[in-house]
Parts: sequence; C-alpha cells; structure tokens
Amino acid sequence: MPHDDSDHPHALLPSDPALRVKALETLLTAKGLVDPAALDAILDTYERKVGPHLGAQAVARAWSDPAFRERLLTDATAAIGELGITGRQGEHVVAVENTPETHNMVVCTLCSCYPWPLLGIPPAWYKSDAYRARAVREPRKVLAEFGVTLPEGQAVRVWDSTAEVRYLVIPMRPEGTEGLDETALAALVSRDSMIGTGVAEAPK
Amino acid sequence: MNKPSKFDEPWQAQLFALTVALSEAGHFTWPDWTAAFGAMLKAKGKDRPLDGGADYYAAWLETLEALLDRTGLAGREEAHAMRHAWERAYLTTPHGAPVHLPGDSVSGLRCI
Repeated sequence: MPHDDSDHPHALLPSDPALRVKALETLLTAKGLVDPAALDAILDTYERKVGPHLGAQAVARAWSDPAFRERLLTDATAAIGELGITGRQGEHVVAVENTPETHNMVVCTLCSCYPWPLLGIPPAWYKSDAYRARAVREPRKVLAEFGVTLPEGQAVRVWDSTAEVRYLVIPMRPEGTEGLDETALAALVSRDSMIGTGVAEAPK
Repeated sequence: MNKPSKFDEPWQAQLFALTVALSEAGHFTWPDWTAAFGAMLKAKGKDRPLDGGADYYAAWLETLEALLDRTGLAGREEAHAMRHAWERAYLTTPHGAPVHLPGDSVSGLRCI
C-alpha cells in the first residue's frame, strides 16, 4: 500500500513476518552462511526467468518430434537438458503421458514439491491443504472443479511428488493441430495441463 | 510497469530465496527441508485447512526458524534480538529516509 502520510514521524514498520525474514537474512549474511549475491540470483531466476513457458516448450517438442518424446519418457531430466532446461528441483524429473486410456495428475501430499525448472513457483491452490488432501482421494471431483470432465473409460492416475522425484504431465495433443509449428503448439500448453488439472485446448 | 510477482508479498520471495540459498550452500539437504516443512504443514493444518497462500509461507517461516535454531545456524534468541533491532530501526528512522541497523547490531557475528 502506498504510504504518503506526512504525519507519520517514522518509517512504515513492516509486518511481523517481514521483520522476522529480514532478521534471518541479516544474521545469516553477517555470519557468512549465505551470499547476498546468491539470494539476488535466486530471486531473479524465479521471478523473471523460470515459468510454465519452459515446460510448454518441452511438451511441444515431444508432440512434434517422436524421438524426443521417447527420450523425454525414458529420461526426462536428460531430455529437458537438451533444451537448456536445468536447475534445482529438476534433478530427477519423470514425464508421464496422457493417453485416451489414462489421465495423469500431479500432487505433493507432503508439502509442495514441484518441477521448478519446467513450471516455476507453484500456484497457491497446489500448496493448499484442500488440493493436497483431495487430489488423491477424489481426483475426478477435483478435476471437475477445474472444469475437466474425463470420459468414463479414461482412468486417472495420481502421482505424488517428493523432494527427489518431480513429475511433468504431457497432455494429449489437441485435434486439428497437425499443421502447427512448435511455437504455436507451445501456446496451447497451459500450466494446469502440465500438472494434470487441465487439458491442452485446440486453437480457437 | 513491473510484471506481477510470483509471490504475494516481498518477504515470501526473500524467505524462499534464503531457504534455497542455505540448502545450496550445503547447510541442509532439500529432503531434510521438505520433511521438516511437511511436518509443520501437517501440524498447522490440524486446526483448520491451509489455503496455500499467506498461511503456507507463515508455516514455511516457522519451519526455517526452528531448523536454524536446531542446527545452531541462527538461534532463536539472536533471531529475536535481530528482529527487534530492525523494528527499533524502523521506528526511529524519519519517514522517507532509508532504514539501517545501527552498526553494533551485526558486529561480532561473522564466524572466524
């Protein structure tokens, strides 16, 4: 909130958690346990560089290039490395492919493990107790709340992420996209479709 | 205009970066972190379900404070004292001026 109140004799006091984080940061940098430049680099990476556009690029490549798709399914970490997508929390990525028989959906029941290099910082709903508890128990109901209704014959498989293994869902390629290049295909791949709470939509 | 942040408040971003940097510097492994954080989320979620926003980062902060205290990297008391040093600095700095800690607040902390 802007604070232009000239009646205020002192600087606006930050919130309690903000002060506690500031305190930890001051202590840890003063002790030489963290490097302020490393903090800035991490912030820059996750605020500006990394996001679902990178995951979408990998999916679009898999749709267009059968050999890449094979490599992505066999060793996703190495395959995304070919596209220059690397980084923390991406050391062991497993790609799971949606088919007419099986729809895949990802959750972290422990906390919020997520393939950062491919999708960035998870959305709030992914971190909520409601999603974390219900994705495993009643995935179809959760999917319906996201506006996804699966055909009766399509099974749902829920993957529980851990600190060691992160999952990327490869959504099904929409109908009518045969002529599209990778850039146009990537635009159809939403963040939610790569978590499995959405599907890739055909171009309008 | 700046792009909207991926975090609701700047302190959440700072907290995230601090935790990742500590793990990367080898002070704890990421699985150690997720185990501690998972346990905290479970305990916090007993009273009422967490919404994954502010309450999620509040639990994150509490986990990190406890972990730093347990490992001796930053004890509860020194963290508390530093929080109050910052609070005093804000309350005694004229509005509009940059806020700095008095020099003696951080002296003597560097590990030798």
